[in-house]
Amino acid sequence: MIGAVRSALRIGFALIEQPFDRLFGPALSPLAQLGALGFFFFWIVAVSGIYLFIFFDTGIERAYQSVEYLTRDLWFHAGVMRSFHRYASDLMVVMVAVHLLREFAYDRYRGVRWYSWFTGLPIIWLLYASGITGYWLVWDKLAQYVALVSSELLDWLPIFGEPIARNFISTGTLTSRFFSLMVFMHVAVPLFLLFIMWVHILRISRPKVNPPRALALLSLAALVAVSIWKPAISQGPADLAQVPSPVGLDWFFLPLYPLTNIWSNGTVWALLGAFSLMIALMPWLPPLRLAKPAEIDLAHCNGCTRCAEDCPYEAIRMVGRTDGMPFPTQAQVNPSLCVSCGICVGACPSSTPFRRTQDLRTGIDLPEFSLKQLREKVIEVAGRLQGTGRVLVLACEHGAAAGRLKETVVLPCVAMAPPSLIDFVLSRDLADGVVVAGCAESACYNRLGVKWTEQRFAAERDPYLRARVPRERIATVWASALAVSRAEAEIADFASRIASLPPKRLRSPLPVSAASRSLKTLETAKGPA
Amino acid sequence: MRPLHLAARLAVIVALFAGVASLSNWPFYHQIPENSGVVMLTFVHGADRKGECRRLTAEEIAKLPPNMRRVQECPRGRRPIYVELDVDSRNVYRASLAPTGIAGDGPSRVYQRFVLPAGRHDVAVRMRDTARPEGFDHERRDNVELSPDQMFVIDYRPESGGFVFR
Repeated sequence: MIGAVRSALRIGFALIEQPFDRLFGPALSPLAQLGALGFFFFWIVAVSGIYLFIFFDTGIERAYQSVEYLTRDLWFHAGVMRSFHRYASDLMVVMVAVHLLREFAYDRYRGVRWYSWFTGLPIIWLLYASGITGYWLVWDKLAQYVALVSSELLDWLPIFGEPIARNFISTGTLTSRFFSLMVFMHVAVPLFLLFIMWVHILRISRPKVNPPRALALLSLAALVAVSIWKPAISQGPADLAQVPSPVGLDWFFLPLYPLTNIWSNGTVWALLGAFSLMIALMPWLPPLRLAKPAEIDLAHCNGCTRCAEDCPYEAIRMVGRTDGMPFPTQAQVNPSLCVSCGICVGACPSSTPFRRTQDLRTGIDLPEFSLKQLREKVIEVAGRLQGTGRVLVLACEHGAAAGRLKETVVLPCVAMAPPSLIDFVLSRDLADGVVVAGCAESACYNRLGVKWTEQRFAAERDPYLRARVPRERIATVWASALAVSRAEAEIADFASRIASLPPKRLRSPLPVSAASRSLKTLETAKGPA
Repeated sequence: MRPLHLAARLAVIVALFAGVASLSNWPFYHQIPENSGVVMLTFVHGADRKGECRRLTAEEIAKLPPNMRRVQECPRGRRPIYVELDVDSRNVYRASLAPTGIAGDGPSRVYQRFVLPAGRHDVAVRMRDTARPEGFDHERRDNVELSPDQMFVIDYRPESGGFVFR
């Protein structure tokens, strides 16, 4: 059941993301920056809130008047700030909701990712508490409605001696101290929210907390435009002798409030409790089965830190050397954080398939799909390639090419393939061209696999793809599992281009004939590494 | 970045933000039907204690620790209060409201909302908060003119002489 919902959502996201990727590019697509945009809108809300507080008055009559003053008389700065405050809050709710759905759709909430998923739950509660306390402060008709329904909901809980909702049903029961309390709440709760947002990203390597500058500027410009087109306004002063109806609800923050008119408050609490429990338990419904975590081979680890720098899950840290080798540090894997993506294998300078030892070993490796097995698989698949324009595909198991039956070696992540593997394939004439086919650029399953691969190929990140490797014989295809036809078309196009190229000028130290020999021949061949 | 490309990106973001801004106070929500008001029955009131206070004998007082000696022993728990509300001679609410608190010594509370069409209504409220088996200790009946969207509150305030309509 959960799997079916996830698949349906994944299809939906893939369909939505394609046009966004085309228009914005993978780096700027808002759907790839949901978490960062959430942080961005939080800061807009914080700054605009501080600005509004300069003009806000916490008196029972003066609260509404001060908000009206800043909205109408000071519309060109404080009024715009009020709209920023309102709409950025709503946008933060949208970002959080879509972020949650997207992480669920792409199955990025189970296994080691349970922590970020789980700590997202208090963020939802605190975000709503922040927004709802803010609506009380305006003390207009909406505030009156929010105050009444919120206090009725709270009164259902057996924590207050006297129903607090009684304060909002007749004039004379409410004092200005109430607004001081609400201001305190409206400052304290968002501060706590910020703290939990920090906790939320603690276990993420290189978390995106700032959107790209271009996207941030576009968002700011759009906020200004919307704030001028539709400024946030009050809905008339609160009148406790009147029922606040009709009222313009903020459907992002208050979608459940009308339910209290249909269901009992207890039922609404039960709904919220069930939702929270479901979210909290989802990482284990069912738990994600992971391959065995990466293992360090100290004999091949010189403590270069590349694996630790490239790990998207903070699963590797550098510790003091324990084997007496003359290096200050060695890598250490935290098995509870490792997802066996293999990115560390691709980052290790020891991961070179040119090594001619009988048992190919590297500094860090996956026990269930080692570099040796990867090399064997590459040679085996390449051995079946025929004709002109022989193309070998190295495919991510989450991308469009994962289901290919021929000419393809599937990896947990394309960044598991060290750049030297491409060199190996081409210089040994195992294929005429290599396609590296990963997830969609904006939706890399392992977050950084696509980025690291591109940077390694561009010689911007260690380990580099050597300069001698002919770039025209390499192609990257970044496509989601739904974009199979596009990926196939790009691979076919690349194969036809390769077929038209002149024969490779090999620069391998080995003769051409060695490249086409069997695996056994390669393993047992003598010669320098 | 080409200007047209930039404009297209901005247009998409503005459209998304405008949609969000629209839903921030629209569509309107009507919590009660048009041309109707709300009668709210709400008060907090403690009924009598469950039993009479009993004067302790000199022997009983002497048995108590010196710092806890008292002349009377009163049961802590309160009785439930019984409330009825009639609108236009039709009973719309009747309940026996238990006292609050773990020991049952807190006041009883009621908080009930009734949506009625605007216009004149005959409203009668009754409460029993003593040990009497039947009848009521406090009552009030009035003809009430309920205007559209009015919040008409029925409270109980002993200091004001009983039930308060406002």
